[in-house]
Amino acid sequence: MTDAATLATALPVRSRARRRVSFRAVFGITVLLAMGGAALLAPQLAPWDPARQMLLKRLRPPAWEARGLREHPLGTDHLGRDILSRILYGGRISLAVSLSSVALAATLGVTLGLCAGFFGGRADAIIMRVVDVFLAIPYILLAMGVVFALGPSLLNVILVMGATRWVQFARIVRADVLSIREREFVVGARARGNRALRLLVRHVLPNALTPIIVVATLELAFMIIYESALSFLGLGVQPPTPTWGWMLADGRNYIATAWWLATFPGLAIMLTVLAVNLLGDWLRDRLDPRLTV
Amino acid sequence: MLAYLARRLLQSVLVLLGVSVIVFGLLHLTGDPTRLLLPLEAREEDVRQLRALLGLDDPLWLQYVRFLSHAVHADFGLSFKHQVPALGLILSTLPATLELTAAGLALALLVAVPVGILAALRRNSLLDAVCSVGVLVGQAMPVYWLGLLLIMVFAVGLGWFPAAGRDGLRSLVLPATALGAFSMARLARLARSGMLEVLAQDYVRTARSAGVRAFVVTYKYALKNAAIPLVTVIGLEFGILLGGAVITETIFAWPGVGRLAVDAIFSRDYPLVQAIVAVLATLFVVINLAVDLLYTYLDPRIVYVRRAR
Amino acid sequence: MPPLLEVDGLQTQFVTGTGTVRAVDGVSFAIERGEVLGLVGESGCGKSVTSLSIMRLVPPPGRIAAGHIRLEGEDLLAKDAEAMRQVRGARIGMVFQEPMTSLNPVFSIGDQIASAALAHGGGGRAAAWERAVEMLQLVQVPSPGERVRDYPHQLSGGLRQRAMLALALVSGPRLLIADEPTTALDVTIQAQILDLLRRLQAERGMSVLMITHDLGVVAELCHRVAVIYAGRIVEMAPVARIFARPMHPYTQGLLRCLPHPSRFGQPLFSIEGVPPDLRRPPAGCRFAPRCPHVIESCRRAEPPLGEREPGHLVACPVLP
Repeated sequence: MTDAATLATALPVRSRARRRVSFRAVFGITVLLAMGGAALLAPQLAPWDPARQMLLKRLRPPAWEARGLREHPLGTDHLGRDILSRILYGGRISLAVSLSSVALAATLGVTLGLCAGFFGGRADAIIMRVVDVFLAIPYILLAMGVVFALGPSLLNVILVMGATRWVQFARIVRADVLSIREREFVVGARARGNRALRLLVRHVLPNALTPIIVVATLELAFMIIYESALSFLGLGVQPPTPTWGWMLADGRNYIATAWWLATFPGLAIMLTVLAVNLLGDWLRDRLDPRLTV
Repeated sequence: MLAYLARRLLQSVLVLLGVSVIVFGLLHLTGDPTRLLLPLEAREEDVRQLRALLGLDDPLWLQYVRFLSHAVHADFGLSFKHQVPALGLILSTLPATLELTAAGLALALLVAVPVGILAALRRNSLLDAVCSVGVLVGQAMPVYWLGLLLIMVFAVGLGWFPAAGRDGLRSLVLPATALGAFSMARLARLARSGMLEVLAQDYVRTARSAGVRAFVVTYKYALKNAAIPLVTVIGLEFGILLGGAVITETIFAWPGVGRLAVDAIFSRDYPLVQAIVAVLATLFVVINLAVDLLYTYLDPRIVYVRRAR
Repeated sequence: MPPLLEVDGLQTQFVTGTGTVRAVDGVSFAIERGEVLGLVGESGCGKSVTSLSIMRLVPPPGRIAAGHIRLEGEDLLAKDAEAMRQVRGARIGMVFQEPMTSLNPVFSIGDQIASAALAHGGGGRAAAWERAVEMLQLVQVPSPGERVRDYPHQLSGGLRQRAMLALALVSGPRLLIADEPTTALDVTIQAQILDLLRRLQAERGMSVLMITHDLGVVAELCHRVAVIYAGRIVEMAPVARIFARPMHPYTQGLLRCLPHPSRFGQPLFSIEGVPPDLRRPPAGCRFAPRCPHVIESCRRAEPPLGEREPGHLVACPVLP
């Protein structure tokens, strides 16, 4: 029914969504730029060396509290290290690791998804079972086990995270390829041989790019949490490099006495993830509403 | 219907096989499992003994077959650290984890579904906006941070709930909340969007055009339709919650499998780690199978149409 | 006796981000008891919106901006939600174009018809189910006792449409609105459904508002026809008159579009141009840009719908 009713209701119904500038996008981009900027410029912005221990000034509360010190706006930890500086430097690790992991997961996932969707049949079945396997194993345990076996390091963390989260990309790409494939191909790809591969890259990939971007943004948020979880458990990047997860782990021992140790890193994580999520939502609404989860 | 069930069972078995491969491979990742199992200063003598004991000099595939045959008989060997059968150890701690996970999921559903539905019904209202914000924040919070916050506020600060340990219903509240919060957010969004989508469907219009009461339309009709995608997600959600349980148990000192696993990993108790991963994965597969069956009851089309995953 | 349904100056609009779409812009007509009125027009002309407006089921961002709709003298637009709900199904029934999406896939058709029955008047579930079977029998669904438990996807298109009809009629409405009920069906099934409609209409003395773009359907079923273009009625007359002496250029164009054996071998006719953008309707006659008989005054002022001959209304000053 291509009536005026259907036509009109095909347009976004919420007038709020139609505003020129979306609040979510602005907030998301601003926060992310701030975080990214802070991460990049950490050496310039941080007032202190994040690894520097000033034991005389240990466990000082944030500057606005009674015992706080002006030069340590967010307080100091149990070794006298400045919290603010550690958060700034910690951001670098978190963002670097997350971005790399997402890139790795995306590459793996998209490739496998393309193969599964495109070649169909046995390849598809096999890849999908592998997907199921990866979904069945609690990712945390897998990551922990692998990282522990291989030794905790920046590279290993990235590898493990990328290797466990590729599943999301694979599924979405496969779904896209399937729908495009139904449209374009009548004869099996085998009949076309090499040309099929070019068609795949030329036509299918650009179409699938949209959901990939959306999933990538959402996965980025997940990776940040994931990485800090590994750090929290002691399996992430090792000290003295500060990571938000480590700071939370440290702060855990001081919950009752020094609340700021655990609160600020967590807040940093939350804000970053929130910004990424908002951005991802906005992207999804603009680019591909059918992905709404 | 039977054919569908048989197919799903076969799939599940294949998945479990795949899991077993990974679990087996965990030990052999570095090429030499003895390095993992023994402390670094172990004598050459001990290393050789261990190799012989575990049959590590045999070809890999043989080791795998041996592992698989043991596993099928529910024999995962002895936990290195505890020197008791690994499986027994797991089964004794599993109830605690299941309790926590179920509580977390139940809490999440109890909050998320009504919230999601209400938000859909009162679209663009203040309630909807507040819920959106709540959902966003909930999704952004790492489980362990929330756990720590909850402990800080409710256990240390207000003293309403215990900060650790498993000791009656009260001690379940904080961990379940921490665990469930992330799921809560996601499920609420799903419920809301699912409901919105259903309410825009033609068949809802048909029901209204026949004069069916709004209450019936929403709660009898639309709900059943909207429940379908929600139910699909619950199976996956369970897996995610199991993962989250690992961390939650660590924070709240909850004596479940998660804490056992973390402990095992740090004490290099690899047989135990293998066993835990195997058990949890099996649990996940079984639950998903159950969810799929529930799905076929909810949506009669599914048996006839091949499901696009 | 007042007409069963009176639509008077109906205006329904959709407020979108790019402007307000005036989908129905001043439509007036009446349907007598036992009469079948056809509402004809091309896609997007506002005929479905009109029908949804009568039922007050226009989806947001649509809203009824002005006008009156009177059912047996009562103003439907003045009723509150509950009162309107009681009208739907019991006094006005509606069947839609797409039976696959218009029936709930996870409930059996019996359940859906029974729910419609339960919506008006008492009796328990058992009684409602019996009525569902009765209705399926009425619409000539074979083995109604068994099929009542079937799900929509288990039925063919024709059967689904019959089920929809059963659903719409179960509470005994005096007026049936049929929004392109046969468009999505095969030609042979179309004929069957039209037959069924005609029979039901005669037996129950129902009035029908038949919305379609298919003039063949109009010829088969309707007593009178209203031709709608760009949200307005441009011609309204008894069926025989419209086919014999169409007076509005648009109606004439529509009739010429139909393939005819006498014009075998000639290229098919189509009306040039496209309908206007209803966000910014033109000042004068809306058909002017496409009209072969247009004169200057047409572009300046909207021609009113006037009674050119008894019973025959046209909104065009040009043709005799």
